[in-house]
Amino acid sequence: MSVAGHVPPPFFKRGPAPLVRLAFFVSLSLILLIADLRFHTLEWARLAVATVAWPLQRVTWMPIDAAGDFGAYLARQSALLKENQELRRRQLEAANLLLRQQHLEQENLRLRALLDMRARLPVEGRIAEILYAARDPFSRRVIIDKGSQHGIAGGQAVVDEVGVIGQVVRVFPLTAEVLLLTDKDQAIPVEVQRNGLRAVLAGVGAGMMELRFLASNAEVQVGDVLVTSGLDGVYLRGLPVAKVVKIDRDSSYSFARITCAPLAGVERHGLTLVLGARTALPPQPDDAPATPERPAGGKRIKKKTR
Amino acid sequence: MQPTHSSRRILLPVRNWFIVLTLFLALLLNLVPFGRLPGIPDWVALVLAFWCVHQPLKVGMAAGFVLGLAMDVADASVMGQHALAYVLLAFAAAGLSRRVLWFPLAQQALHVLPLFLGMQLVMMIARMIGGAEFPGVLWFLSSFVAALLWHPVTYLLLIPQFRPEDKDVHRPI
Repeated sequence: MSVAGHVPPPFFKRGPAPLVRLAFFVSLSLILLIADLRFHTLEWARLAVATVAWPLQRVTWMPIDAAGDFGAYLARQSALLKENQELRRRQLEAANLLLRQQHLEQENLRLRALLDMRARLPVEGRIAEILYAARDPFSRRVIIDKGSQHGIAGGQAVVDEVGVIGQVVRVFPLTAEVLLLTDKDQAIPVEVQRNGLRAVLAGVGAGMMELRFLASNAEVQVGDVLVTSGLDGVYLRGLPVAKVVKIDRDSSYSFARITCAPLAGVERHGLTLVLGARTALPPQPDDAPATPERPAGGKRIKKKTR
Repeated sequence: MQPTHSSRRILLPVRNWFIVLTLFLALLLNLVPFGRLPGIPDWVALVLAFWCVHQPLKVGMAAGFVLGLAMDVADASVMGQHALAYVLLAFAAAGLSRRVLWFPLAQQALHVLPLFLGMQLVMMIARMIGGAEFPGVLWFLSSFVAALLWHPVTYLLLIPQFRPEDKDVHRPI
C-alpha cells in the first residue's frame, strides 16, 4: 500500500506498460488502415518510402534476375529455333493485316470526314516489361518497369499482343503498379463483339471475370468475344478483353451469371504496351435537370429535425 | 547443447547492431519478388518473433510497427496491414518469452506457429473487411514453413552469442 501522495520509485524503468503500448500501436495501425482503405490519402507517404527503398529493391531482384539469365543461357538451341520459326510465321500472317491497315485507316479517315465525325484519336503506346507480380496475395497486381520518369500516368490502359491486361493504378518514379482485370476491384465496360450488347465486366479473383447486370435472357452465348466499348474514356474502343466461358441462366435471379476468361495473358509475364492517356470525355450532363420550383435565391430550405 | 533456458550454457550478451542487421536482412529477403508462390515464409515476421522471444526488452512493438510499414510499401498492400499484424505478433511473442524458452526447440516451434497463423488471420480479416478476395488456403502454408524454420533460425541468429568468453586466436568464430 502506498501512502497517499507518495509513489514508490520503480526498480526498473521500462516505459509504459505493454498493454498501453499495444493499444497505442494498434490504434495507430488501424488509423493508417482506414486512412488508406477508405480515403486513399497516404499515396504521398508510399511514394516517399518507395523512392528511398528503390535501390534496395533493385538489389533484391538480382538473384531472381540471375536465375532467369541462367535459365535462358541453358535454353536449348532447338527450342530457340522453333520459337524463331513460329515468330516469323506469325509475323507473315500479321503482315497481311498490317499492310491493309494503313489503307483502311486512310479510308476510315476519309469516310469519317465525309460523315463529319470527330477523328479517332491516334494513341501512342509505350512498351514496358512486367517485372514481377506484387507479393500482396489479396489483390492481383503486377509491377512494370516504366514509371513517371518515362511518362506513365495513373489510369492508362495496359495491353499485350492479344488484349487488355489492366490499368495503371499507382506510379512511382521508375516503376508502376498495374491492377489486373481479374482483380476484384477492377471493372471494365465492354460490349459483345457479335451484337454490340453493352455490359460491365468485373473481376472475381482466381483468374476469372464476370459479366454483371445482364438480364437472364440476354443475348449472350458461350464463346462470345467481349471487346472494350470505350464508354469509360480510359480504354479505346474495340480492344479484345475476354471470352464467355459459362452462362448460368437461373430464372430465380434477375441477372444471369456469366463467367468469362481473359483473352490476354493476364496472369503471365512478358512484354506489355502501356497505351497513352485518352483526352477526357466531355462532362456528363447532370442527372437531375434543374427544377423551376426551387426558390429564386438558390438557397435550399433546410428541414430541422429537432 | 541447446539454446534454451533449461540448458547449462551461458550465452554472451547480444549486440544491438546484430539485431538491427538481421532485421534488415530479413526485410531484404522479403523484398525478393517471388510473386504468388505459396510457402515462402515471411522472414521479417520470423526474425521479429525470434528477437521478441529472446530479447523482449530490446525488440518490441515499435520495431514491429516500423517494419510493418516498410513491408506495406514493399508489398503494394494497404498501409497499416502489416504494421497491425506485426505489432500484435510482437506483443504476443514478448508475452510468450518467459514461457517458451524453457521448452526444447521443436516445442518452441509449436508455440510460435499459432502466432504466425494469427498474424496471417489478422491481415486477412483486415483486408477482407476492405473488400479484397480470399487469397486461398495455400497462403497459410507460409506460417507452417516459418515454424519449421524456427529451429535453424535459432542457431543461426545465436551464433554470435555462442562464442567463448576467452578468445582463442586460432578459432575463426
